[in-house]
Amino acid sequence: MSTPRGVTGSILTSSTDGAAQTATAPFGHALVRAAEKNPRIVGLTADLGKYTDIHVFADKFPARFFQMGMAEQSLVGCACGLARTGYVPFATTYAVFATRRAYDFIAIGAALGRANVKIIAGLPGLTTGYGGTHQGIEDLALMRSIPNLTVIDPCDATEVAQATQVIADYDGPVYMRLLRGIVPVVLDEKTHRFEIGRAKLLRDGPDVAIISTGLMTGRALEAAAELASTGVNAAVLHVATIKPFDRESVAALMARVPCVVTAENHVVTGGLGSAVADLAVEAGLRVRLRKVGIPDVFCESGSIPYLVRRYTMGAPDIAAAAREVLR
Amino acid sequence: MKTLPPAADLRQIRQRAHTMRRHVLHMAEIVGQGYVGQGLGIADLLATLYFGELRHDPKNPAWPDRDRFVLSIGHYAIGLYAAVAEAGIIPLAELDTYGADGSRLEMSAPETTPGVELTGGSLGHGLTQSVGMALGLRLDGKSARVFNLLSDGECQEGSTWEAAMAGAHHGLENLFAFIDCNNQQADGPPSKVMGLEPLHKKWEAFGWHTQRINGNDPAAILAALAAAKAVTGRPHAIVLDTLMGRGVPLFEQREKNHFIRVAPEEWAVARSQLGEAAP
Repeated sequence: MSTPRGVTGSILTSSTDGAAQTATAPFGHALVRAAEKNPRIVGLTADLGKYTDIHVFADKFPARFFQMGMAEQSLVGCACGLARTGYVPFATTYAVFATRRAYDFIAIGAALGRANVKIIAGLPGLTTGYGGTHQGIEDLALMRSIPNLTVIDPCDATEVAQATQVIADYDGPVYMRLLRGIVPVVLDEKTHRFEIGRAKLLRDGPDVAIISTGLMTGRALEAAAELASTGVNAAVLHVATIKPFDRESVAALMARVPCVVTAENHVVTGGLGSAVADLAVEAGLRVRLRKVGIPDVFCESGSIPYLVRRYTMGAPDIAAAAREVLR
Repeated sequence: MKTLPPAADLRQIRQRAHTMRRHVLHMAEIVGQGYVGQGLGIADLLATLYFGELRHDPKNPAWPDRDRFVLSIGHYAIGLYAAVAEAGIIPLAELDTYGADGSRLEMSAPETTPGVELTGGSLGHGLTQSVGMALGLRLDGKSARVFNLLSDGECQEGSTWEAAMAGAHHGLENLFAFIDCNNQQADGPPSKVMGLEPLHKKWEAFGWHTQRINGNDPAAILAALAAAKAVTGRPHAIVLDTLMGRGVPLFEQREKNHFIRVAPEEWAVARSQLGEAAP
């Protein structure tokens, strides 16, 4: 099978969840569009250009692209230095390497200094079957605890593309999870509008609220449709920005439903579920809560469909959690 | 008005270095302790750079075409404050607030203070960001240069070598790294803590144009800068052998001089050893 142009190599092909509609390398193409308008945008990678879709930008703007080799501290530090000379650097690697290897550089170089750096992190959560070394399962918890940093987990190709333009225009450090290669389209680009710090109510319902982020929102919508067929009306609130957290929208929704399910492509400690639970308690809301996400383990390697079942991360698992919390 | 590098006047540089050492003692005496050895040891380099090499505008520290002086080693702040005060970037009187609660002259230099390009202190950051600055300035077609001050101990951080590779790979001839070898880190001399030598050969092997000189001799520093600027296509490493506490024998001879605790009666001795006028 040949690999289409602009698509990540076949060894680590994306899982598209059987989506009816997909888009290819939405980040790379969106970055090119943003860079055509803004000559200050530059790109960097740590030997993962082909695997983070930034090769699309590198092909188009070779003079504005810097290969940093397998050196993530240097990648992030160099991006901060470029930002300090007025550039808008987009630095790509995998989530595990950005957050585990270059944490201090993100915290001090980018966040403390409010450098205008965009860190684009591939293979979030269970989007690779490569095992614990490559699955970025706790990055949101790490990133969300850093002051000044904006943290984004987009849902699909539409949102990856929109968010790329929005963060290019935003002046400040951003950590964004990347869906790469062939990416499902869940949200309608004509009606959806990504905004930093704003959760979006994608579906309303009085029985249970599913509060989701990242690719889990697609599964949450599937779960909501399945629940509706059995008479349970679920709301789906998509929280693409993990930080700053849209407390108002989340609290307003929780105030009018008896129970909540959170769904995240991340361990259930320290991510979206924890943020929602914190808020519920702080706001004095009496809701029953179930968290769908990766349990407190390093995951095996294997095919994505196998892993999604193994770690109960699919749409049926979200629906099951909703039924359980409704009981 | 932009300050262009004045014709290097060695006498003036030595006088400035001496005055900066007096500022260092003054600041350290107020807090009673601190990184006095580093401030005294690096005064010759800072005086040479600020009064013989750097293009900057004291009235506009953010001038986009300025040369960048990047302090990796945040704890050398006491030396940097002396230099930027002497250069007119911050008021001399402000040195009285060094290390005080609420002062912008924190013991480890924060980038919110004028004249401080970035927040160092977590060692191994400065050179990575300097590489980015040098790339950005080159991309802009500016002639501005980046001068990074690292320490010998900082060369134990892996990120220093990641950045060293990147600087050479990208051929950053507008990037200069000074490595202050004062032979003292928190737990003792590097040879005991984690050996580094031959340090200059490591920089050479990483593809940098490398020199090793007496870092307490402004004439040697000026000559090394001249030699470095004649080399194109490569970044420049200037390894400085310096004496901690230079100019104050009381501190030069102190065995544990990474963070010096000073008895109240010792300050008068230190001041008198340094002297009123430059030697």
